[in-house]
Amino acid sequence: MSARYFGAAVNRLEDPKLVSGAGRYVDDLHPAGLLHVAFVRSQRAHGLVRGVDAGAAARMAGVVAVFTMADFADLASGPMPPLAPHPLIKTPITYWPLAATEVRHVGEAIAMVVADSRHAAEDAAAAVEVDIEPLPVAADAIAALAADAPRAHSDRDSNLAARLAAKFGDADAVFAGADHVVAETIVTHRGGCHAMECRGVVAVPDAMGEDLTVYTSSQSPFLVRRILAAYLGRDERHVRVVAPDVGGGFGPKANVYPEEFAVALAALKLGRPVKWIEDRQEHFLTTTQQRDQIWTVEVAFTAEGRMLGLRGRGVHDNGAYAPYGLILPINALGCFPGPYALEALDVTLDVALTNMVPTSPVRGASRPIVAFVLERMADRVAAHLGLPREEVRRRSFVRADQMPYETGGKARDGSPISYDSGDYRQALDLALSKIDVAGFPARREAALRRGKLLGLGMASCVEDTGLGPFEGATVRVTPAGKVVIATGASSQGQGHRTVFAQIAADALGVDINDVIVDAADTDKFPLGISTIASRIAVTAGSSVEMAAQKVRAKALRFASNRLEAGEQDLEIVDGAIQVKGVPGMSITLAEVSRALAGAAGMSTPYGMEPDLAATAYFESQGLTFAYGSNACEVEIDPDTGDARVVRYVVVHDCGRLINPQIVDGQIIGGVVHGIGNALFERMLHDPEGQPLTTTYADYLLPIATEMPRIEVHHIETPSPRNPLGVKGAGEGGTIPAAACVISAIQDALGPAAPFVAHHPISPQDIVAMLD
Amino acid sequence: MQQPLVITATINGRPVERAADPRMHLADFLRHEVGLTGTHVGCEHGVCGSCTVIVDGRPVRSCLMLAVQVDGAAVETVEGLTGASGSLSRLQRAFSEHHALQCGFCTPGMLMTLEALLRTVLNPTETDVRDAISGNICRCTGYQGIVEAALTAAKDRQGEPA
Repeated sequence: MSARYFGAAVNRLEDPKLVSGAGRYVDDLHPAGLLHVAFVRSQRAHGLVRGVDAGAAARMAGVVAVFTMADFADLASGPMPPLAPHPLIKTPITYWPLAATEVRHVGEAIAMVVADSRHAAEDAAAAVEVDIEPLPVAADAIAALAADAPRAHSDRDSNLAARLAAKFGDADAVFAGADHVVAETIVTHRGGCHAMECRGVVAVPDAMGEDLTVYTSSQSPFLVRRILAAYLGRDERHVRVVAPDVGGGFGPKANVYPEEFAVALAALKLGRPVKWIEDRQEHFLTTTQQRDQIWTVEVAFTAEGRMLGLRGRGVHDNGAYAPYGLILPINALGCFPGPYALEALDVTLDVALTNMVPTSPVRGASRPIVAFVLERMADRVAAHLGLPREEVRRRSFVRADQMPYETGGKARDGSPISYDSGDYRQALDLALSKIDVAGFPARREAALRRGKLLGLGMASCVEDTGLGPFEGATVRVTPAGKVVIATGASSQGQGHRTVFAQIAADALGVDINDVIVDAADTDKFPLGISTIASRIAVTAGSSVEMAAQKVRAKALRFASNRLEAGEQDLEIVDGAIQVKGVPGMSITLAEVSRALAGAAGMSTPYGMEPDLAATAYFESQGLTFAYGSNACEVEIDPDTGDARVVRYVVVHDCGRLINPQIVDGQIIGGVVHGIGNALFERMLHDPEGQPLTTTYADYLLPIATEMPRIEVHHIETPSPRNPLGVKGAGEGGTIPAAACVISAIQDALGPAAPFVAHHPISPQDIVAMLD
Repeated sequence: MQQPLVITATINGRPVERAADPRMHLADFLRHEVGLTGTHVGCEHGVCGSCTVIVDGRPVRSCLMLAVQVDGAAVETVEGLTGASGSLSRLQRAFSEHHALQCGFCTPGMLMTLEALLRTVLNPTETDVRDAISGNICRCTGYQGIVEAALTAAKDRQGEPA
């Protein structure tokens, strides 16, 4: 088989539609008889719901119904099922579709108005009177863990949802025997996903009242189906969930939300299609956020700068609910020890409930946090010893000759974490060479002559990708000769359709434009997990390859019989199976499909099973580990504290590249998200848990004029753990980026400045540190 | 509440007459009354630029403009960039060639902002392009592909009849 498409920068099949305005996002759907929803939300971070008076609202023009949770008692009640149960969470900490008794963060939905237009729904929502008795607020994760702190949930004994630990080696012995130890407290900050498309849902009951179709802007249509069906007490076959075009995900759209349930309940109750589209302020108040963790760690190291051990304690601000269980804290602990070959690790992480927006993974999940901790500490060790920062890393990395390398840590399923392949030092050395580290002193001098401070930053990371257990795909050749791929894997802009088509077109010898992908519709494929954790190329991509190869084998077997030639003498070119070197001896895939589609009363040819199709599930054979190093230069204006990233180099290894253009797009976009975390994105709350930054005038996202050109270089070390040799690429840009930018800022500030231990860093912070 | 007003406008070269509530903004009017769902609403407070359309030759945020304000005006949306035969414009093709879009949600606003730029600035620099799209937020691409697409399209449009 020749790889015609695999590895090529094929233009995306998704694009012609999307650049023409012909995409179909949830808000573009207008089923007949559609009603519109506006939610009535809590204006307090914590309180008891004493009453809801919807009398005036219900009488307003265009209003069809005003619902509270009690109105759905005949359909369902109680908290939503958890997405990822964990034994440490004895009672699920999940929200209700509409809060019935207690509200636990600003923005929690209490009632919903259903009307014939969104205008009418919003007018009436403003007229719903909600009586909330205020309760004390837990607005700070550290303070929330004090014995006498206000409880985020009045019915819980403590705000400590769980304490998790990760440990290997003998930390006490390593620290006792080390030449040096340094300790720091490092703080990372929460931000939002800010997909440009807010969330949205349209629920359509069928005329018979039995079946419900939910269109939702989700990364997890199969999870929505599973827990919504469970909540409604229905078999899954009565609930169809479709994720149409989705305008960005970045993690939070993998969560399943109260609004999805409330809209479904309203549609069932009214027997009419119901739509809700989140507005941007609701996005700030209700879509999950992430990255508030506080870590106090110490690192033991040799006089030569080899890091030996790390121990410490962290606090994770979980927010008000844990719909995703303990996935973020578990993920954080699994990210230690990063790319470093430590002899001992001993860390614990306390999960604190607060009256803040709930958390779930945002691009990178906890990996950017742990990368920030490890990379800041690597810089700290270098400063302590007066060594170049790269030397500490080179002396501490897992070496290429140690691969596969068991870190000592445990994966989510309890199996040992084993890095599969790669050369971490090579990635760092290449990044430093590409940014021209040798020429840096001259550039710094030149900047100084202009009154600017130039700093060089670096950061390395390793990223578990290809999370199990599986995704699957069916590949089918239709009687018209089109290749149709059905998969559960949803897409939010990653170009999966193109990538899957590249894989199948190569396997079946067809033109890529003859491949159609049906994805993210629970009626098109039976099972799916979620588009999270940089896992789709590995899991769904491998499934497409496996299924397409089965189809190829079947087509060749048929052709071998029909053409009376050995399979080894056959090839597939332009959709036709032909005998090599014998022009005219051929049969098209379409003809094989038609022959295997059967004819009444006739047996299928050559005793073969009907249909030119096959299904495969790629089951994870252990995580794959992408890795990389970044280097950047940041220029600081010492008068204003303005920090500009002026150069940025990425070296990344995600195994074999299926489509380099798409991978570069993932990396560059990911880096910019990380730069936002480092410099701009600040989700502020007052001491009562009231969000203060809920517009794009207050909460700054990276914009074109602030971003540098980002240079991406690849190392391709094929993963041995899947048939394509790929690793994930969706989050590798984000993970080290904040650490890299802060490293450069520290360097620019000079040796007299204090240790920079947090992000985002503001101009005010910078000016203060220069004083 | 005020009665709906009739709006008469030219949209993508075609005359359109529709009634709309006085408080309806232009983006909702285009999307839900005219059925042109290519214009997207990202923030509804005039910062993200996803809803950018061209009104009488100038790019505007259709979430900050009332529909009644386009009475008598010429409005261009992303749907108008595509030729009658379905052929893509040079800028649209450049977006695909340079991987200037991922999820595609901000793309119509980016395209309309850049279309307006390229009509007035024949030979833009990278700085010109970045300035022009500084009011359009993209969370996916990091802007690099968008900048390259605009520069390529600008270069290729030179020499084409205006």
